[in-house]
Amino acid sequence: MNRGVRVTQTSTETKEAPAAPPRLLDNRQLRIAAGLVVVVGAAVALMYLFGGQPSGLLTQSLITGVLLGGVYALVSLGLTLIFGVLGIVNFAQGAMLTMSMYIVFFLATEWGLNLYLAAALTVPVMFGFGWLVQSTVLNRVMGDSTHERPLLVTLGLSLLIINVLLMVFGGRPVSVASPVEGSINVIGALVDVPRLIAFGGALAVAVALTLILRKTTLGLAIRAVAANDVGASLVGVNVKRIYAMTFGVGATCVAVAGGLMVSFTSLVPSAGEQFTTLAFVIVVLGGLGSIPGALVGGLFIGLVQTVGSLYLPGSGSLLLVFGIFLLVLFLRPQGLFGAKS
Amino acid sequence: MSATTESPRGTKLPSALPQRTHDGARRQYIYLAVGLVVLFFLPFVLPESSQPVLVRTLIYGIMAVGWNLMSGYGGMFSFGHAAFFGVGAYTDAVLLTNFGISPWIAMIIGAVFSAGVGVLIAYLCLRYKLAGSYFALATFAFAQMFLLLAQNLELVNRTEGINIPLLPEDSWAMLQFGQDSFNYYWIPLLLLAAAVAVTIAFVYSRPGRYTQAIRDDPVAAESLGIPIMKYRLITVALSCAITSIAGSYYTQYYLFVGPEQAFSMHVSTDAIVPAVIGGVGTIWGPLIGAAVVGPLSELVAAVVRNPPPFLEFLQGVSGLDVAIYAVLLIVIVVFLPKGIYGTIRERLRK
Repeated sequence: MNRGVRVTQTSTETKEAPAAPPRLLDNRQLRIAAGLVVVVGAAVALMYLFGGQPSGLLTQSLITGVLLGGVYALVSLGLTLIFGVLGIVNFAQGAMLTMSMYIVFFLATEWGLNLYLAAALTVPVMFGFGWLVQSTVLNRVMGDSTHERPLLVTLGLSLLIINVLLMVFGGRPVSVASPVEGSINVIGALVDVPRLIAFGGALAVAVALTLILRKTTLGLAIRAVAANDVGASLVGVNVKRIYAMTFGVGATCVAVAGGLMVSFTSLVPSAGEQFTTLAFVIVVLGGLGSIPGALVGGLFIGLVQTVGSLYLPGSGSLLLVFGIFLLVLFLRPQGLFGAKS
Repeated sequence: MSATTESPRGTKLPSALPQRTHDGARRQYIYLAVGLVVLFFLPFVLPESSQPVLVRTLIYGIMAVGWNLMSGYGGMFSFGHAAFFGVGAYTDAVLLTNFGISPWIAMIIGAVFSAGVGVLIAYLCLRYKLAGSYFALATFAFAQMFLLLAQNLELVNRTEGINIPLLPEDSWAMLQFGQDSFNYYWIPLLLLAAAVAVTIAFVYSRPGRYTQAIRDDPVAAESLGIPIMKYRLITVALSCAITSIAGSYYTQYYLFVGPEQAFSMHVSTDAIVPAVIGGVGTIWGPLIGAAVVGPLSELVAAVVRNPPPFLEFLQGVSGLDVAIYAVLLIVIVVFLPKGIYGTIRERLRK
């Protein structure tokens, strides 16, 4: 109830400044971040010295890993919001990503729009889609204390999106060329420019989300609902509307992700599925609802996957990823940056 | 933060149990016997081409009955039953191709092995107090790890999968018959009937009652002296063993198993959806759900092949069957949370 009372005070908005938002990074979290940097840095240094891999190859896979991690973070940002605020295990996150990529594909090929303009147009479409899904379907199953009905609905939604895409666009892989091609040299590694742009997009989305959550009334309401939905509704927050807005914002994040990723993705209706799983790993690793957590988690998992694949052939490096996931679930379920409940 | 939508309490309303246990159980066994006799003669009535659909429906049925024990009666929502299905499927394939062991024995070994794996996974999850979404995600992660292991282990032929050699003659011991033999239908029918019988026996037994009490209110159950962990693990073991048998039979019927067929997320979904559509935590729900879901894709495929005039635009489209399946799932979860059977039963009681 303490939290509810604090929300009451801040949402009257007579105070000059809203109370300090519950997370960006407090001291403890900064220590964790610093510790992580040291551990990863040490691991990388050890690999350069004793890893038995040519250093050029290692550099290349480190850079690739960081960029891949940026993409993962981008997909996870929306999920951490949905999972953190609504408590919904959104199994449709990957399918929504695919959906936004197909919308970009449609706008770019049928209307002949510039790729990044098409991506920008996709954003409001996906926000509307997310808002609609939450307000018409998911809000109906939020009431009771079970977690499984929302999960089953998003599972159905995922299958529905993927198969409607299959019906409309067929299963043949398609692709959209990016207006900016080519690659540049970053400290001895070749980097595709579109991937670099996607990485920048991840950072931009993270900053934008943080600003929305900390500086706007909507963000205040979202945080209030996340902290205590009953308390929030008592002080006049329309909880169902906030749920819908939150899901819409979560969908917006995947729209940005889709727009930025489509140029280096071989687009098939099931292209996004793998991201659902990885996004869950990242969100749990980073801590539910934590935006810095999603960023750090994304980078970490991207690195583990690419660097791991130097040592484990095939899809073996993903085993490592799931191993880490289970360890986090068992030993630190609140994640790296989550508050202990 | 997640505390907003989860409560530490059980996830289901207590299902009203009949007062007289023995009568209740006896009545369910009678229903089962009648159903078995009716279904036994089904292949004589239906065209020969419907056999694959029937077999697939029965396999769904066995999986859903297994899943329902753990998740419906036990209240532990598994999103990774593919792990147990796949262990059964692969145990059968490996033992048969490498050591020539009869599928019947392999089925039992697979079930025991799968139960062991399930108990280990569930013990870890419960030991670290994972509940709700986290339990589902952890089971999901285990299934994904099994998928990756199968894709990378030489023992199970990596991504190629394992083919079961086709025998020239019928053999009961090796579970192979002529292509259209009714045995391929009758065997899983009996396996399913056995799985349902186990469910009935369990639900009306003392451990079954304990399990449901634990699901409804673990704190109260523990305060009454019920060893929670023990009964939960018993439920998990039964559930995994049954699901594993579905996997073993799958390998035998299709004479092939690969990582995707055994461990992919869709296998877990196939265990969950029939139970949810029919009615979670009921004896007959999973069967009704399987009977709805099993023939669905064939029916849709038939429509798409030869659509009526007003649906002409659907000709040759792929994906419609799963889309309908998905809509059905969403509609049932939103509007009939107790499933088809659960809702009907509730209406009749009133």
